[in-house]
Amino acid sequence: MSERKDLELIAELVPAGSRVLDLGCGNGELLAHLRQHKGCSGYGIEIADANVHACVQRGVDVIQLNLEDGLALFDDNSFDVVMQLDTLQHLRNTERMLRETARVGRIGVVSFPNFAHWPNRLRVLGGRMPVTKVLPYQWYDTPNIRVGTYADFEVLARKTGLAVTDSFGLQAGRVMRRWPNLLASVAVFRFEGR
Amino acid sequence: MGSLGQVTPQQMHFSEPLPLRSGAVLADYTLSYETYGTLNAERSNAVLVCHALNASHHVAGVHADGSVGWWDNLVGPGKPLDTDRFFVVGVNNAGSCFGSTGPMHVNPATGRIYGADFPVQTVEDWVDAQARLMQRLGVEQLAAVVGGSLGGMQALAWTLRHPTRVRHCMAVATAPNLSAQNIAFNEVARRAIITDPDFHGGHFYAHGVVPKRGLRVARMIGHITYLSDDAMDAKFGRELRAAELGYSTQEIEFQIESYLRHQGDKFSEYFDANTYLLITRALDYFDPALEHGGDLARAFAVARGNGFLLVSFSTDWRFSPARSRQLVKALVDNRIAVSYAEIDAPHGHDAFLLDDARYHAVMRAYFDRIAAEQGEPGAHRPGSGSPGPGRAPAGGGERSEPGGHRPGSGSPGPGRAPAGGGERSEPGGPHV
Repeated sequence: MSERKDLELIAELVPAGSRVLDLGCGNGELLAHLRQHKGCSGYGIEIADANVHACVQRGVDVIQLNLEDGLALFDDNSFDVVMQLDTLQHLRNTERMLRETARVGRIGVVSFPNFAHWPNRLRVLGGRMPVTKVLPYQWYDTPNIRVGTYADFEVLARKTGLAVTDSFGLQAGRVMRRWPNLLASVAVFRFEGR
Repeated sequence: MGSLGQVTPQQMHFSEPLPLRSGAVLADYTLSYETYGTLNAERSNAVLVCHALNASHHVAGVHADGSVGWWDNLVGPGKPLDTDRFFVVGVNNAGSCFGSTGPMHVNPATGRIYGADFPVQTVEDWVDAQARLMQRLGVEQLAAVVGGSLGGMQALAWTLRHPTRVRHCMAVATAPNLSAQNIAFNEVARRAIITDPDFHGGHFYAHGVVPKRGLRVARMIGHITYLSDDAMDAKFGRELRAAELGYSTQEIEFQIESYLRHQGDKFSEYFDANTYLLITRALDYFDPALEHGGDLARAFAVARGNGFLLVSFSTDWRFSPARSRQLVKALVDNRIAVSYAEIDAPHGHDAFLLDDARYHAVMRAYFDRIAAEQGEPGAHRPGSGSPGPGRAPAGGGERSEPGGHRPGSGSPGPGRAPAGGGERSEPGGPHV
C-alpha cells in the first residue's frame, strides 16, 4: 500500500480521533497520516527491523512483534480501529488473524492484492502467474504465502462471522465500487465483529 | 563520531537524610557523578543514564587512568546519545563501591565502617537520590532517563516515582521484576560470598581480608547468565586449554573454565562483597506491581504523561523479550506512548552493552525524536531528520542479514569492552 492516494482513500474509513492499531504498519506512513490529519492515536505493529526503525524515526509508536504469535498483548475492544493493510497475504493463519482483529478492534479494515483483477486473470489464462505493480514478485520468490480475491474475502468474512460495513476496490488511486473483483487490483473491506 | 576524551568524576554531598523504602534512612551521603555536554538555557536537554550491577557513573569518555566508560559506544559527540545535543549525567548509586557512599565507608552514626550494616537499598531509593542530584544540577525535568538491565529498572521507576520530572523513559534489556530463576541465580552468588570464611559476616574490612573466593564464584555464575548458549559456544565451544586432556578433576581443562576463572579473579580484585549483596537484593526487590495487587498496568497508570522506548534482545534469557512485552502490555493498557524493538542479537543479556547497528539505530532515532520535540537546532541539522552522514547505521538502517552485524570488534566475544574491543574497563562490565 505504498501509493499515497490509496493510503488516503483507506484513511477515509477511519473515524476522526480514533484509537488505531495498525497491524503490519510498514514505515508508519498511514499512522503518521491519521495522526496528522484525523487526530488519531495508537500503535503500529511491525516485524521488520528497518520498518521499526523508520517508525521510530518519524515518531510513530511501533511495537515489534510477529503477528503470527497473535495479539495477546491487546485486550478485547481496546482499539476503535484495527487496520491490516497489505498484510493478510503474508500471514499463515488469515482466519485467526481476522478473528483477532475483530476481537481487539470495534472496526476492522483490511486491504490486500485482488488476484481476480482482470490482468491477473489474463496472465493466468496465458498459463503464467502474474507479476504486477501490486503483485510484484515472481512466483518462486515472494513474501506472499497466499493470494486471494475480493470475492474470496466476502466468503471468508461470512464464514468468520464478520459484518462487512463497507467494501470497495482500489485501482490506480481510484475507488472502484462497480465490479471490484474484476476491475480493481486492491480489495478493501471494513467490517465489525458480530 | 568522536569520543568525549578525558572526563573527570565529580562528587555531590547530601546532608539531608534520604528516607529509604525499608524504613531506614541514609543519613548523610555523597554521590559520584559525571556530566557530558551542556545544559541548555531552558534546562530541557538533560538525560540521566542509570547503571547496572557492576558499573558506575563513568558512562562515557576516558578517565586519566585510561579506563573507558561502560556505555562509551552509545554516548558521546555524534553518537546515538549525542553529547553535542544533550546534557548527559551518569551517577553512581549509593551502596556501590565506585565512589558514592557505600559499605566500605564510615558510618557517621557509629564512626565505624558500615560493612554489612549499610542500609539495604532499593531501585526506588536510588531513583529518589538521583532526583535530588538532578535538582541540585538545576534540572527540573529530564528529557529522558536511560538504562539497561538494573539500570532499565531505575529508568522505569523514574516514571513511577517522579513521572512529571521526566519526559521519556528508555529501558533496555530489563524486566518488571525478577523471575524466581533470576532470584535463584542471585541467591547462589550471595551464598558464595556469605559462606566465604573471609566474609566475617560482612565486616571483613576490620580483618584486613576480602572474601575473594565468594566474589569469584558470584562473578562466574553471573557471567554465565549474561551470555547466550550460542555466544559461549561460538567463543569457546569445547576448546581445550592444553593440547590434550589432562584427566584432572581440579585443573582447568576447557577454555571456558579458564575464561570464567579469569573473569572471577579480576572481579574479586575491585568489587566489594557487600555491594554485590546490596545490588543483587535491589534487583530482587524491584516489583512495581506488588503494591497494586500484582497488576502491572495499574502500577504504570501514573506514567501516562511519559513516552517510552523499550528494547530487548532475542537471546537474552536472563531478561527475556517476554518480560519486556509484559511492560509493553502494561503501557498499552494505559494508552501510554510506547515503542518496542526486539533486536535479534546473538549475545544474550550482554547485547545491551554492545554496538549492534540495529539496536543503536533505534536508540538514535528515539533520541532524534526527543531532540526534535525540544525544537533544538541540533534536531534539524543535516543528517538528523533523514539518513545522512553519521546518521545511518551500518547497513543504512536496512534489515540486516541474520547474524550479519557482529557488534563491536570483529570478534563478538562475550565480555568484550564497550569500546575498543579490548577487555572491559574497570569499573566496568556493567552487567545486570
